[in-house]
Amino acid sequence: MTLALAGVGYRYAGAAEPALLDINLELRAGEVVGLAGASESGKTTLCLVAAGLAPRAIGGMLRGRISIDGEDVDAWPMHRLSERVAMGFQSPTTQLSQVTGTVFEEVAFGPMNLGVPRDEIVERTREALDTLGITELSERDPRRLSGGQQQLLAIAGLLAMRPAHLVLDEPTAQLDPEGTRLVTDALAALATAGASILVAEQKTDVLAAIASRAVVLDAGRIALAGPTQEVLRDPRLAELGVTPPAAVRMRLAALAAGIDERLIGEALAGA
Amino acid sequence: MTLATTTAIAAVVLGGLIGPAVLVMIAVVAPALLAGVLGRLVRTSLFLALPIAISAVLVNVFFFPGGQTVLLRLGPIVATAEGLAFALEILARIMAISGAVTLFYLTTRPADLVIDLERRGVSPRIAFVANASVQTVPAMVERAAQITDAQRARGLDTQGSLWRRVRGIVPIVGPVILGSIAEVEERTMALEARGFTRPGRRTLLWAPADSAIEAAVRWGLVAALVALIVLRATGVLR
Repeated sequence: MTLALAGVGYRYAGAAEPALLDINLELRAGEVVGLAGASESGKTTLCLVAAGLAPRAIGGMLRGRISIDGEDVDAWPMHRLSERVAMGFQSPTTQLSQVTGTVFEEVAFGPMNLGVPRDEIVERTREALDTLGITELSERDPRRLSGGQQQLLAIAGLLAMRPAHLVLDEPTAQLDPEGTRLVTDALAALATAGASILVAEQKTDVLAAIASRAVVLDAGRIALAGPTQEVLRDPRLAELGVTPPAAVRMRLAALAAGIDERLIGEALAGA
Repeated sequence: MTLATTTAIAAVVLGGLIGPAVLVMIAVVAPALLAGVLGRLVRTSLFLALPIAISAVLVNVFFFPGGQTVLLRLGPIVATAEGLAFALEILARIMAISGAVTLFYLTTRPADLVIDLERRGVSPRIAFVANASVQTVPAMVERAAQITDAQRARGLDTQGSLWRRVRGIVPIVGPVILGSIAEVEERTMALEARGFTRPGRRTLLWAPADSAIEAAVRWGLVAALVALIVLRATGVLR
């Protein structure tokens, strides 16, 4: 199961300049790919394009080829694509359907739309709630939850759809460390089960923890790409508006203070 | 929903003052009392009806065509007894309609409405739009309150003289409307990404309770409304 973007460019409707240029990216089964970049670098746009929402839902002009398992998805309608690719947005409130009365129903909303059999929906919903540690919220009104709880709920709703490919735009933006840990654990479990995941994140520590590969965007183009640890240690990262993970910053600070690199490595490995 | 619809139509068909007033007592006040929402119903329905009720009363009391019995004269403007009587009739209808709509809003869970409409074959999109319309007003009120607080925290004066208040509204209305439009776009995308536009029937997890007695009452209400319309149309009921 591979979601591939080859030579993809995208321009928003009415915009003079393209927001994405010449993107080549493959999301393979069982792989988490991290997406970093400064504000306005094109992270959200790339997420929308990879999930098929741009241009299907918002218009604009797409160039290049997007395929799933080698099949060109250009002619696929959104509802067909949504059976294979799910997308989570940064703001939790807009992800809630507004037509459900309880958290349980909200999580079940996606599988219900896909026509999944009732018993399976119940099983998937319970599992997703349990994975994100929000089972006790099952009977609560989704609109009355905190922002962090709503974000966990939104991600649970995506997990319940059991997508082959999952695209997440800053999924931990509103979460505390415990919520962030629940999400990263859930994503790791989903990848282990065979899904491919693209995660756009400002928090590079999150990417360091779960992503095997990382891509850094700059002005709509891929500026850096490779194994996560290498990309996040790249000296050009700060110039691209991305704050390196805490471990990298500590290492750089220690080196600047004249501490031996082997000692730093041992200390970080111990931590 | 059936009760609200039949009550609203019956209030218009009945006309007069006594008919709609009795209708409000039987079809709005009594069920609200049983549901324990009478206090909220009175507050909400008055809030909903007040602007249109005030304008209807003023227009009819002072500008009723053909009014003869003068109650009050304010220069060229004359309040007449005939205008007052007609205004009270209009008021009774407005109160019946706003009461029926409010009772429906207060006693129906949006999720129940959507699932019940879908169960009866209504497209989920239409059911969604119906529900979203109900949800939009409180969501915008909440957004406006948040933006007002944020603007006040940055020194915006929304209190004091009328002119200051009017000036204070401008930086609030823009973000409320633009924010709502942006939210709609993202919400639409989120729905699409969750398969909402997929053709064919969705799986429904449950169906709202609907006993034979409730179904009989619904049909009874429809039959009573049809009978009322026939009686009025044929002149049997005046």
